[in-house]
This record gives sequence, C-alpha cells and structure tokens, in this order.
Amino acid sequence: MSTPTRFSSMPYTGPAPTNRSPYIPKGVDAIDKRGEEIEAKIAAPYVTSVPGQDLPTFIVEREKIVEVLRKLKEDTELRFELPVDLFGVDYPRRPEGRFDVVYQLYSFKNNERVRLVVHTDEDKAVPSSLPVFQGFDWFEREAWDMYGIKFDGHYNLRRILTHEMFQGHALRKDYDPAQRWLLTEKDVAKIVPVVEHHPEDSDFEQVTLNLGPSHPATHGTLRIVVTLDGERIIGADTEIGYLHRCFEKMSETHTYQQVIPFTDRLNYCSAIINNVGYCMAVEKLLGIEAPPRAQYIRLVLSEFMRIADHLVCIATNVLDMGALTNFWYLFQPREEIYQLVEACCGARLLPTYTRVGGLSVDAPANFLDMAKTLVKKLPKHIDDAEKLLLRNRIFLQRVEGVGAITRESAINHGYTGPCLRATGVAYDVRKAHPYMGYETYDFDIPVAEGGDTLARTLVRLEEMRQSLRILRQAIDRGLPAGPVIVDDPYVALPPKEKVYNEMESLIYHFKLIMHGIQPPVGETYFQVEGGNGELGFHLVSDGSKNPYRVRVRPPCFAVYQAFRKMIVGQTIADAIATLGSLNIIAGELDR
Amino acid sequence: MSKIEHNDSIIGRKYADLPGQGAEKGAITLPGERAREPEAGEESILLTTLETAMGWVRGNSLWPMPFGTACCAIEMMSMLASHYDIARFGAEVVRFSPRQADLMIVAGTIVDKMGPVLKKIYDQMPEPKYVLAMGACATSGGFYRAYHVMQGIDEIVPVDIWVPGCPPTPDGLLYGILKLKEKIERGEIRR
Ligand code: SF4
Repeated sequence: MSTPTRFSSMPYTGPAPTNRSPYIPKGVDAIDKRGEEIEAKIAAPYVTSVPGQDLPTFIVEREKIVEVLRKLKEDTELRFELPVDLFGVDYPRRPEGRFDVVYQLYSFKNNERVRLVVHTDEDKAVPSSLPVFQGFDWFEREAWDMYGIKFDGHYNLRRILTHEMFQGHALRKDYDPAQRWLLTEKDVAKIVPVVEHHPEDSDFEQVTLNLGPSHPATHGTLRIVVTLDGERIIGADTEIGYLHRCFEKMSETHTYQQVIPFTDRLNYCSAIINNVGYCMAVEKLLGIEAPPRAQYIRLVLSEFMRIADHLVCIATNVLDMGALTNFWYLFQPREEIYQLVEACCGARLLPTYTRVGGLSVDAPANFLDMAKTLVKKLPKHIDDAEKLLLRNRIFLQRVEGVGAITRESAINHGYTGPCLRATGVAYDVRKAHPYMGYETYDFDIPVAEGGDTLARTLVRLEEMRQSLRILRQAIDRGLPAGPVIVDDPYVALPPKEKVYNEMESLIYHFKLIMHGIQPPVGETYFQVEGGNGELGFHLVSDGSKNPYRVRVRPPCFAVYQAFRKMIVGQTIADAIATLGSLNIIAGELDR
Repeated sequence: MSKIEHNDSIIGRKYADLPGQGAEKGAITLPGERAREPEAGEESILLTTLETAMGWVRGNSLWPMPFGTACCAIEMMSMLASHYDIARFGAEVVRFSPRQADLMIVAGTIVDKMGPVLKKIYDQMPEPKYVLAMGACATSGGFYRAYHVMQGIDEIVPVDIWVPGCPPTPDGLLYGILKLKEKIERGEIRR
C-alpha cells in the first residue's frame, strides 16, 4: 500500500557508524559458573551453554526443546516453573537458521532464571511447548504471527495480533514497517468457541454471544466470544490485537532514546514504570547507572504510578459492576498524583520523563513537599474506598469465589504481579531482583488466598498501602543532591548552556542526535515490577544506533490468556467482574 | 437550509435590569436572530428559526458514545470523572450503545483490525451524528507510522472536530467538545 518516503535524493550508503565492542555483563563469571552447573544437571548432549551472557544461556537442539523444558521444570533442585517469555529474533542469511526462538524460565525455589535459544528456519517447525507450559500458548502464536515460526503440535496456531487479511510476517527484517493491509467487514473471521460440555438435560439452547471489542465492560479493545447455556458460559474464546500498534517494529526503526515515548504507551496507566524499565535495560547494556537523585525520583514516581494504576483498576472494575460512586471517588486522588507528575515534567498521563542515564529535567524545588502532601492525603482515599467496597454486600457477593484460578494453574500460565500474589505466591520483582535500591526499603509483599476476584482486589488495596509505606520512608530520607543524568557525552546530551558556548559540547550534542546512543553488541534482559506484574525488556544490540530487537515481556499477555478458561462455568456478569480485576491494559496486551 | 452567518453562538441574554425585573420581558436573543426592540404586545414571544432552536438544543445535550481504545481513553475518563466534569456542559450521558448516542468520541489509536468495528458503530448511530477525533492517533496515526495502524480515522468515517495532543489534556478535550457545540449551534454541520 505504501512505501517509506525517502527524503534525501542522495542517501548515505556507507556503513553505519557502529560500536563493535562486545557487551560484558556484570558478574559474568558467577553466571557462567551457574550455567555450567545447570548444564551438568541436565546432562544432555543437545544442550550447549553459551558463556558471557547476563543469564545462564543454552543453545538447545530444535527437536529436543520440549524435553529440556520438562527437565528444567521437573528437576527437584532446579524447579524452573514460571514460563516468563518466548519470542523470536530474526537474523536473515544466518547459516545455522534464520530465526532464534528464545525461551526464558524462572525458578521460585532458587530465585534464578535461564534462557534457552533454539535455532530454526522458515520451514523447520519447533515442537510446541504447550504440554509443559500452558503459558506459552499465546507466545507461540505471537512468534508465528510476527515471524512465521511454526510450532508443531500447537492446537490453534493462527494469527493473534494482526488481522485476518494480513500478509507476511511483520517483525521479519525484510518487512517494510509501513506496509499495511486492508481489512473490511466481510473479511472478519467468525469465532466459534469450543464447547467442552453441554449438558444433555439442559433446558436451554446453546447461544453464542459476542462481547466487544467495543463494549463498555471490555475496556475498549478486547473481544470475547462466549457460548451460553441459559446464562451459564459453557465455552469461551478471546480475540486480541485490536490495539496492536507495532511497538516492537517501531523500536527497531527508532534510536534508543526515541523508543522511550513508545514505552509510555504500553501500560499507559503507569507510564513511568515502563520508562524506568526500558531505560534501565539500556543502562544495563551500556554498563552505566543513573545518579542517585534520578534513581530516587524514579522510585518515588514509580510508586505513585503504581498507586494510580491500582486506583484505575479498582475504579473501573467496580464501575463495570455498576458501582459508580467508587469511580468518582477514586479518580480524584489520581488527578492529584498526575499533578505531581505534571509539576516534574509538564505531561500528565504519558510523561516520557526518564532518559537513558537519568531523567530529562530535574524535579521542581517543592517536589518533596508535594509528595508529602499527597502521601498524607492518599490513605484516607484508600480507606474510604476499601469501606465502600468491603462493606458493600452486593460487591462482596459478586466477587467472592468468582473467576478463581489455582496457584498451579496461575504459575503454569506465567502469571506475575497482583494476579499471581492473589493465589498466594509471594513473588515481586522488587524483592526478588531489587533495583533502584528497593532492597533498602522496608515493605511487605501482600498475598491473598483463593485467586478469585476478591483476592485480587484485596491484594491491590494492600499494595497501595505498601507503596505508601515505601514513599514515607523515601520522603524521610530526603532527595539526594547531585545531577539527574549521567555525565557521559556518549549517552546524555550536554546541557544547553554548554552546547551554546563550547565547541566540544556542540560536537557531542550533534553526534548524539545524529548517531544516537550506541550500546555494545550483545543481548540483555531487565525486569521491573509493573502495575500488572513483571515487565521485562529484552534488548538485542548490533552496535548501531537503532536497537536490533526490543522485546517487551508484557505481564497482561500472560494473564489474559487464561481468561477464557477462568470464566467457563460462570455467568456473563461474573466474567465481567473477573475481567476488570485482571486489569488488562490493551496497550500492553497488544503492544 | 441556510447557513447562519454570525459567530456569537452563545445565547446573549439581555438582562439590563436586576435579576427578576427584566426577565419577564422575555428579552432573549438566539443566534441568528437580530436584536431588536420588542414591539408592543410581543414581549414574551421568542422568534427564531426551527433549525436554530434545534441546533441550540442539540448542542447542549450531546450524548457521547466513547470509542476509547488506548491511552487517550484514560484522559477521556478523566474528563468524564469528577475533577473536570463534562456534566457542566450537558454531555455526561455516556451511552455505550451507538443507537442512543449522537457524538462518537474516538479516543485512541485505531488499528486496521479495529477499522471495520469503528465503521459499523458509526453506521449504527442515528442522524444527526458527530465524530470527534481525539489525539494524534485518531487524527493521523500519531507517531505510529506502522504496518497495523490506521493513519487517521478519516480514512473510514467523516470527522467534525480534531483535538490535537498525545494525549490531549482533559481541558483540551473539553474545549474540543465546546467547539463542536458551537459548530452545531451555528448549524454548520450538514451531512
Ligand atoms: S494520541 Fe497519544 S495518547 Fe492518544 S492514543 Fe495515540 S499514542 Fe495514546
């Protein structure tokens, strides 16, 4: 349909200026040693460990991947139970096969991760890992959609993010980023959910009902198709991709700094956390650390954003159930949080406040005072909201035991965040892999039992209190002095006064704008605790100014794939209540 | 239908006297009506055209259908919620059924997969209907010049008001709705 415009009539054809030095992760020796230990434990000839990576990494033969996954999961000493991520990377014209399929697993027992890499090609199918990890269901479909990687034995390998008429595989390196395909109404595929069991003696006919994607309770962009027996759901299917904005492809066509605004728009209810996650991933690749003042402001704003995220989640969840008061009531403190963000950087919802290496500008002089006032005000709102909810019989009756998921199933589906903690697993990235100094703060991980909608609401309510606890400690410590961005001319723009007055700075400014940040060649993964769970960024750098691959590990994606199973056997009203409590943010789900 | 030529769309009330004293004269001018001295005996009569009166009524009771898909939808919710409070301008009756709405607020990125849905919902709305494109994405695809993003919703539906911003602030969106209201009252929108 369209080709990218070329603005210059004489394009530069020489090699792009690149940084060819390799990336050496911190503590690489210990990681390599652990890698060898794990390799010895698996003890299989088809697994080769790759030294020098930021996680123990292994190349696994394609046919054997399921076996290795199973071994890692079931070995009593390793227990890699949580499927974190699965994605593809494209290296055209590579002799050992065009694609990498990258798996990442996490072990609660040892608090460690492994990465498995499988080399494959367009015509060579990878065995599907669904028998071991249910949680890779949609991830495999995504790898098929984006790269055309085939998975043998997947029950439903069809496109997931792009539409039915889409041709080609968008994340392949040879796909034009602006090439669109037309979808008209007559092409839209019909979805019929699989019905597992329709009772013989039922008084009702089977009815199939479509909810969404434009439906008040599906938050705009989710589509659910349910088959009903009377009012009971006997089969359900979900369709996503109605907000697939090509984040990962866009990242490949922009420089490292330019990707930051795109990350804002992933989970737009807590944008700063995404900024922080992405910037810290790039910082990890560069081997730098933001100055203490920047880290402090990042932490304070992240916690406020977490509160705002949970407020929106609870408010819209109960709004869907018909409780309008809470909506009016909970949106007010959120406005006040946004005022703080606005005071810092001028934007409310999507601030793009962080930069690689620090922050864009310093916080205002009254930052701490504003934060203090807010922290004083918020508990009342949270308490009131809690009373409005937990003393409301209708609310309780509608959420208790509704949309429950067991602990095993949640782990198997790759749940993280409040939804996992609602099943009783105390996993929080801030505790498991502390960053920005979370280890120096005193806070608890709230967990609840039951994994139902009520449990999720309770966890969120308590998490807001814990965030306030962190904030109080932070405010007591005070704002550290110093700059808010690293003093490194290859990463951060020099200050404007210098650019106007010093030749040196002018040159650095020009170089950084034109050639961008050039991290060393290598791959890295960094995770933060987002509003919905573990938000991770996997970066692949080829040393040039654009990322070779940015993979975001979206917590919602893993959470939402189990939804269709959670609602079978319940009524539509229950399904709506469940959906709201999962806090599915379409920007992050579809990217 | 003729176009009404002047701009002061807000109804000018000529309360020269203290409240209560001049009001019974019925001296209210609607847009499109020339101010004039009331003649004897017609002080409680209000003269206007039907379409002006209809425009006035329509503009003051918009029923929005929020087509929120992305980040902009969150700011739209802010505008609906208590702090900014769209109820002050008579547009708080949010209807999720297109059959009961006359203003579609498209808040957020519309991707190609969503296109047929948007079109269908627009078609289901009864006339007269208005479309507000909120934010850079709905206007032009925003900074997503990408393989799955519609480059502006005017590819498939006509748009009456564009609100710039990424996301527009709630006040910006309010301003957009007020501008649309003026347009409706002036009777400028024909389709
Ligand atoms: S205009 Fe900006 S804020 Fe609005 S939907 Fe697009 S990216 Fe999000």
